[in-house]
Amino acid sequence: MAESTAPLTPPELGEFRRGWVERLRALFLRSEPTRGYSLLSPTLGLMLLGLAMPVAVLVVMSFWTQIYLDFDRTPSVANYVDFFGKAIYPKLLLKSIRISATVTLVTVLLAYPMAYFIAFRVKRSKLVWIILITVPFWTSYLLRVFAWKVVLGYNGVINSGLITLGVISEPLQFLLYNPTAVIITLAHAWAPFAILPIYVSLEKIDRSLLEAARDLGEGPFMTFVRVTLPLSLPGVIAASLLVFIPTVGDYVTPTLVGGTTGIMIGNIIQSMFGKAQNWPMGAAISVMSMMTITLLVCAFLWFTHSFRKRVA
Amino acid sequence: MSAAKTDRNRLGRLDSFAVYAVAYLVFLYLPVLFLPLFSFNESIYIAFPLKGFTFEWYEAMVSNAGLIAALTNSVKVGAVVAVLSTLFGTLAAKAVTRYRMPGRGLTVGFIMIPLVIPEIILGIALLVLANMGGIPLTLFTIGFAHMLLCVPFSMLVMISRLEGFDKSLEEAALDLGENAWWTFWRVTFPLAIPGIVASLLLTFTISFDEFILAFFLAGTDTTLPLFIWSQLRFPPRLPMVLALGATILIISFFLVAFAEWLRRRGVQAEKTSGV
Repeated sequence: MAESTAPLTPPELGEFRRGWVERLRALFLRSEPTRGYSLLSPTLGLMLLGLAMPVAVLVVMSFWTQIYLDFDRTPSVANYVDFFGKAIYPKLLLKSIRISATVTLVTVLLAYPMAYFIAFRVKRSKLVWIILITVPFWTSYLLRVFAWKVVLGYNGVINSGLITLGVISEPLQFLLYNPTAVIITLAHAWAPFAILPIYVSLEKIDRSLLEAARDLGEGPFMTFVRVTLPLSLPGVIAASLLVFIPTVGDYVTPTLVGGTTGIMIGNIIQSMFGKAQNWPMGAAISVMSMMTITLLVCAFLWFTHSFRKRVA
Repeated sequence: MSAAKTDRNRLGRLDSFAVYAVAYLVFLYLPVLFLPLFSFNESIYIAFPLKGFTFEWYEAMVSNAGLIAALTNSVKVGAVVAVLSTLFGTLAAKAVTRYRMPGRGLTVGFIMIPLVIPEIILGIALLVLANMGGIPLTLFTIGFAHMLLCVPFSMLVMISRLEGFDKSLEEAALDLGENAWWTFWRVTFPLAIPGIVASLLLTFTISFDEFILAFFLAGTDTTLPLFIWSQLRFPPRLPMVLALGATILIISFFLVAFAEWLRRRGVQAEKTSGV
């Protein structure tokens, strides 16, 4: 287009520019990543604004100090010193992790046979089963937790039912307001999160592998242990993470059914932003919780990865 | 003889799995079913034996002004959140199913973070951000938080719908002279519509039922879950909460069952990204 070195006349310049725009446009349309990312950019932008930025700000605030209703913005590690200085915070965090780990174990163990049943035994009405499992998960979490308070309460369904039947004369006190109540409630509330990933990984297993194992003389149990279980591990891992991570920070369940012994780290964080009115301390506890959870998840993934390598 | 034995074994195994599955469903549904049961009970105590049948609590529910206001707020927030997050989710799902992109897994993983981050952390982080930015807490802050939670769900729903989508249909339309805009409206959109409806229903339900984020980000206007939470402290109001809870559960159940049926119909066999 511009072979001569002489300066371009305005019309030529316009043509040159148009050519450029055209070429850029063609380049844009041809390049899949550019098109993909530009289509993705609104969502990505929203997530950066609503996820990355708030978490960054939370970390910044954890180095501030609360002075009555205002903040002292000079950076200080006082909150973190406080976190490790007062035994209650690490202790509560560990307890929350223990409760969540138990919930995860119980939920996954209970969910596996269910997922197995839908994947291998149900032939025609799979969709109905999947929908029956999924639907409670989309319905109100608050109400599902509240339902357990109704069931386990001092004058609740179990106690009043047993009294009416004449099995007991005094309400059982150990049902509600303890860590066990928290574990039962959480295992119930998060069940679909465990069933679906396990089901998906079981469903993906090539059935001819199972037949091959059987043809080569493995019994049903060994076929399960050596073929089905290892192949469904990705689903089990996903299920564990989907249950474990969110439950560590839960505070609705401990508040409603946990009583004083069932308190979890979420309750402390919530009170720092409420009654206790110490936002920077609450931010520091949150940051410590997030870091601990992340470390645990990494350790878990590393462990399962090496386990899978050994099995395979 | 041995064939008969294995046959009996198989039958026995099938039975024990089926029994377990039914027991599991009972565990999943029974606690929740006590809410509707006691909502018709003529007593302020939620206890056996049942006293008598009444609609009293449902009458108290529909004539409670605070409840109606909270309901209106929840519907408003839910509707806006459903439309916007389905829009964002669909764009993102289209991008990752249609184009090969480097770093795709990482990007999708980043968008999915709200599914696994403890909600309380997201809630307080947004609260801190609003505080530092001088943004007042209103229904808008609640809606924004709900969008963060709903976009990943919408994206998953749309991915499962668009995954088996035949690219050549769009290419054929383009080759036959349709421009990109009409290709979208006449080919892509009709094929995606069951997913879009499912996503709208599911994201609406999530926002409508969401409590933790709303708890931290609410100003003076409350949503329905916040209203329920505030009522839980007063034992005499519990029967009304039961009536409300039963109503919400039943409506949610049908909305969601319909959405799930819509979403999984036809894509069930090859779908891999179900939640």
